[in-house]
Amino acid sequence: MSDMHAHSVAFVQETQIPPAPPPARETGVIKWMRENLFSGWFNTILTLVALYIVIRLVVGVFPWFVNGVWDADSIRECRDILQGQVGACFAVLVDRWDHLLFGFQYPADGYWRPVLAFILLIGAAMPALFYMYIPSRFLIATALYPFVAYWLLWGGSLWVPIFVLAAIIATGLIFKLVEGMNVQARTMIAALVGIVAGLGLAYLLYLGAKELWFISESVGSSGGFATIASLLFKAFSIFTFVFFVPMGIFVGYAIYQSAEDGGLVTVVTSLFAIYVMLAYLLGPVSGAINSIIPIELEPVPSRDMGGFMLCMMLGTVCVSLSIPLGIVLALGRQSKMPLIKGVCVVFIEFVRGVPLITLLFVANVMLAYFFPPGSGLDLFLRVVIMITMFSSAYIAEVIRGGLAALPKGQYEAADSLGLNYTQATRLIILPQALKISIPGIVNVAVGLFKDTTLVSVISMFDIVGMIRGPIQQSTDWISVYWELYGFAALCFFVICYGISQYSQWLERQLQTDHR
Amino acid sequence: MADAATNVDTSQMKVSDEVAISIQKMNKWFGNFHVLRDIDLTVFRGERIVICGPSGSGKSTLIRCINALEEHQAGTIEVDGTLLSSDLKNIDKIRSEVGMCFQHFNLFPHLTILENCTLAPIWVRKIPKKEAEETAMHFLAKVKIPEQADKYPGQLSGGQQQRVAIARSLCMRPRIMLFDEPTSALDPEMIKEVLDTMIELAEEGMTMLCVTHEMGFARQVANRVIFMDAGQIVEQNEPEEFFSNPKSDRTKLFLSQILGH
Repeated sequence: MSDMHAHSVAFVQETQIPPAPPPARETGVIKWMRENLFSGWFNTILTLVALYIVIRLVVGVFPWFVNGVWDADSIRECRDILQGQVGACFAVLVDRWDHLLFGFQYPADGYWRPVLAFILLIGAAMPALFYMYIPSRFLIATALYPFVAYWLLWGGSLWVPIFVLAAIIATGLIFKLVEGMNVQARTMIAALVGIVAGLGLAYLLYLGAKELWFISESVGSSGGFATIASLLFKAFSIFTFVFFVPMGIFVGYAIYQSAEDGGLVTVVTSLFAIYVMLAYLLGPVSGAINSIIPIELEPVPSRDMGGFMLCMMLGTVCVSLSIPLGIVLALGRQSKMPLIKGVCVVFIEFVRGVPLITLLFVANVMLAYFFPPGSGLDLFLRVVIMITMFSSAYIAEVIRGGLAALPKGQYEAADSLGLNYTQATRLIILPQALKISIPGIVNVAVGLFKDTTLVSVISMFDIVGMIRGPIQQSTDWISVYWELYGFAALCFFVICYGISQYSQWLERQLQTDHR
Repeated sequence: MADAATNVDTSQMKVSDEVAISIQKMNKWFGNFHVLRDIDLTVFRGERIVICGPSGSGKSTLIRCINALEEHQAGTIEVDGTLLSSDLKNIDKIRSEVGMCFQHFNLFPHLTILENCTLAPIWVRKIPKKEAEETAMHFLAKVKIPEQADKYPGQLSGGQQQRVAIARSLCMRPRIMLFDEPTSALDPEMIKEVLDTMIELAEEGMTMLCVTHEMGFARQVANRVIFMDAGQIVEQNEPEEFFSNPKSDRTKLFLSQILGH
């Protein structure tokens, strides 16, 4: 210690200073307003301008609302009632309420069906959405819901969805059975399945090659582009002709070889089983049972679905399918196996590079060419496939971001404890990666839900299709815009805001890093 | 450096002549970089080995090869009689027998402390949940934090997290424990609580391989100290000899640098 210090620097704190409340002007409304609205001359001006705009809006819209006419049969009657005053014609919503919700072709005496399906949806979604508070055995309701909802919405015999459910359970049992078999029995199955799958694949490739040759011939050679296209198709065709037998043998042999560890043969056998059951047994069996114990609702074809119901159906189905598919794609893209990785990358990049409308047109027009006439997929199903593909590619990329954000140590810790890939992914990696991805997934889900209105361009009558088509083109309600589109916007806003609030709540629930 | 002043009870710390790990002519490359060169190492059951050396010398990589977190490209590694090959079944078997603690703990942040400890026993060992929880509480009591069982890792201090990580490994009842710089990310105050836990483990006769710079720990607990440099084992000896009478110049330089202040 130098002599310049007159006193010692040693110091001991002997009392603990008690906590005190902050000064009064640092709390409450006044502080909030000072900090958020009037913290400087620039912010003060902004606040005043914003206040002015809000007041003008309210003053402008308020009479329109208050003078709104709820009871009229046409836009002309509305105008008569208003007598030149500013006012909305909400009567259109009352008059066309059913059409806005269910479309104009859904049988009117069956409106209770979608309403019941919607109520059940809320009940069935609860165990999945609030899984931390509801015992997991209630998830059975979630699992059964699609079958019930299908029956309610499309009608027909109840035995059809029941048979499909039974076929899925049976396939699960077959999977377990083949997995648990001894190697000899499995080798026999593998040989059988290998031969059938090999032959089947070879036959399909042969058909494809012939088809390609036919296309090449019909493209012709008039003009440079056609010549190139024709040659390309010929090349593909020859390639397929050369390889259809080796591919069949290769795949068949690969299945046969998998008998020992049982991975491939188990999956292929299960797929075979469910294909046979759905393609050959579904119709006859459910028909037979129905003739003995008929439980039927009036069947409604997909073309007759419409209104906001169609948006809800597409939104619910596509969101719940595209999240699992997105997870699989994201994991596939991270895979060390080049083939799986390649397929996933190509799929994601291709689908992301194409506008959704294009895919919907493909669903509407093109897919019909790929299936034999009469056996074509249902239009609703085709649209679902396209929207699901589209949004799953986006979700896959969101989840990939979540996977990449996990520290490498998490993978290592899971490995070092002896967890295998499936366990580590399911228990350690995905819960964390999905949690990180929630905002992104919700972003895609909300976007998807609103994109369901795009089906109006392929002449499906969803809520926008209904407004643009049957409602506004009727002489009664011509040139009614604000009320109708406002209502559509409100419907979407309620659902999307709900999704957003749920996701924020979920994020808070999953927060574990502080008390 | 935390000088663990605890008296170490050596009564149980016997080394048997049963071989726990046998590494022969093991080589590893990261791309073109030759990280581990001709590693020969035999670890007997009950041995406590401290591996030290400058950073980049390959000591972490060496112990990470033992449970196949890193793949080796040449030579053989045999753990408890199981040959480490690319066969996934062997790898999973070895991993469930070998516990590991990491520098950054790597606890699972989305699970509670108790769930962290019961996860692997339930899913890998297929032990009933109740039994796994009892085991977990036993080991959490052993590392002296049973009262934290229902908290999440993010709510614990670094030293507590590392002790949970040790308990998590012990719940698998491993026969060998690997420690990869377990105290390097901790405050000095917390180093001691982790080292005490490790000393306790050693006293019970656990086979341990420990990459650490805690020379006090090495002196007290280890029965062999290995010094690595540039991917090779340069020197190995009993701790007394190693510290008081290092043979190679590289070892002398290293010791003078870490013990010099």
